[in-house]
Amino acid sequence: MKRLTWLVPTLYIVFLLLPIYWLLNMSFKNTNEILGGFTLWPHKFTLDNYAKILTDRTWYMGYVNSITYVLLNTVISVTVALPAAYAFSRYRFLGDKHLFFWLLTNRMAPPAVFALPFFQLYSSLGLFDTHIAVALAHCLFNIPLAVWILEGFMSGVPRELDETAFVDGYPFWRFFVKIFLPTIAAGVGVAAFFCFMFSWVELLLAKTLTSVDAKPIAATMTRTASTSGYELGLLAAAGALTIVPGAVVIWFVRNYIAKGFALGRV
Amino acid sequence: MRTVNQKAWWLVLPVVLLVAFNAVIPLMAVVNYSVQETFGNNEFFFEGVRWFQQVMQSARFREALGRQIAFTGIVLAIQIPLGVAIALAMPHKGWGVSVCLVLMAMPLLIPYNVVGAMWNIFALPDIGLMGWGLNRIGIDFNYTRQPVAAWVTLVAMDVWHWTSLVVLLAYAGLSAIPDAYYQAARIDGASRWAIFRHIQLPKLKHVLLIAVLLRFMDSFMIYTEAVVLTGGGPGNATTLLSIDLVKIALGQFDLGPAAAMSLIYFLIILLLSWLFYTVMTKDDAER
Repeated sequence: MKRLTWLVPTLYIVFLLLPIYWLLNMSFKNTNEILGGFTLWPHKFTLDNYAKILTDRTWYMGYVNSITYVLLNTVISVTVALPAAYAFSRYRFLGDKHLFFWLLTNRMAPPAVFALPFFQLYSSLGLFDTHIAVALAHCLFNIPLAVWILEGFMSGVPRELDETAFVDGYPFWRFFVKIFLPTIAAGVGVAAFFCFMFSWVELLLAKTLTSVDAKPIAATMTRTASTSGYELGLLAAAGALTIVPGAVVIWFVRNYIAKGFALGRV
Repeated sequence: MRTVNQKAWWLVLPVVLLVAFNAVIPLMAVVNYSVQETFGNNEFFFEGVRWFQQVMQSARFREALGRQIAFTGIVLAIQIPLGVAIALAMPHKGWGVSVCLVLMAMPLLIPYNVVGAMWNIFALPDIGLMGWGLNRIGIDFNYTRQPVAAWVTLVAMDVWHWTSLVVLLAYAGLSAIPDAYYQAARIDGASRWAIFRHIQLPKLKHVLLIAVLLRFMDSFMIYTEAVVLTGGGPGNATTLLSIDLVKIALGQFDLGPAAAMSLIYFLIILLLSWLFYTVMTKDDAER
């Protein structure tokens, strides 16, 4: 019994990898082979699909756009969430509990509800089709999450650290940047990871707020699926490339990921 | 004990402003639409609660809501036990931990529409591994025509996409249990089940509540993956709430009913999440 426990995670990982394998398999085939019949691996191995994406400006700019607004959003979310999380973890103030719950409710708002008003709001500000519009819109659900995660990590730091620093005469901001931030560096990493993740995978708002200049890669894919026939190989290659940034980010935070998923509050 | 300090509001202010800008203005716009009728040209007429009555009485809304509740229920019933079981069976130290965590987190970082497109291809009966395989072993499976097959594919996709979140949460909860607990259990000669029931489960309670809360909210809001996978079909078989909502709002441009429906939808999520949250924080206070 004990020897067989490794089977459970192994089978689960195989289940996770099968659809990804199938996507990769498709991406190395040409359209004829895909539509010609069922093959378990590419018989006529080709890199044409990837070559097309990496050389065609409308394709690769999709990746640049996505990464631009995702990074912008991550920086904004974590920067403003840091002082707020500190306030929630260290002080009591009028309406703190209600404010915390109100922030969380925004994590619950279905993007489908907000799509149209967001379009109108950002259009009227002249921000439609800019990276900053998507970055700001994604703050709706990423800031509450970042505050929640960071608050958990900060509450794990003993208050004596703050008190000693203040007794030693550190001004607040100097203490915060020089002493406190390095202490919760893992928490900042995890919060940034989550902001990156949820901004990278979201499409509905990103698609609603952009048309050409800031169009995310995921939206470029839907266009291709509808206009240029059904180029499955190209679609699969584009999909496979969207997995890459996520995989790179996971690799960097692999040692903190478990704790971060518990939002530091275990 | 946290000290009372009203100046802490200054630290929270940037967050409040940014989130309020994104949340309050669009929400007010939705409230505005929900009580008015428009014939274009920016002319609006006050309608009171008519749209709300219309939505609540429509069979279409109730059917979509029913499907949504069924979907969320099935998904939670599979993902939570499965996630805990996998977390319990995972290695505790060594290189296996990193490998498991990295591979398991992969589906979480794939854009929603790519997840949908991936499963759309994967489940096709002629060129998809899953659809082809099922037909090969004698099961007639075609998710573009059979409602049951469409549901199976949709649930399989969500299990594939999100079970890892539960696994990672449960794993984090388990690794926070001190070794001394297990040693004490071993001295007492506790069975595997007793260890789970009396040591692991109570310690997991808190993270499991977070898992249920997150999975409830996200499965109730599922849109992109489902739309790319089945488009709500065949017929209306997999038209979940958000799919129906977008059809009404952007497809038919019926802003009033769509806005009223949005608010009812939001209130349902809010109410249930508030219940979970109260249970969670009550639990915190007792500790």
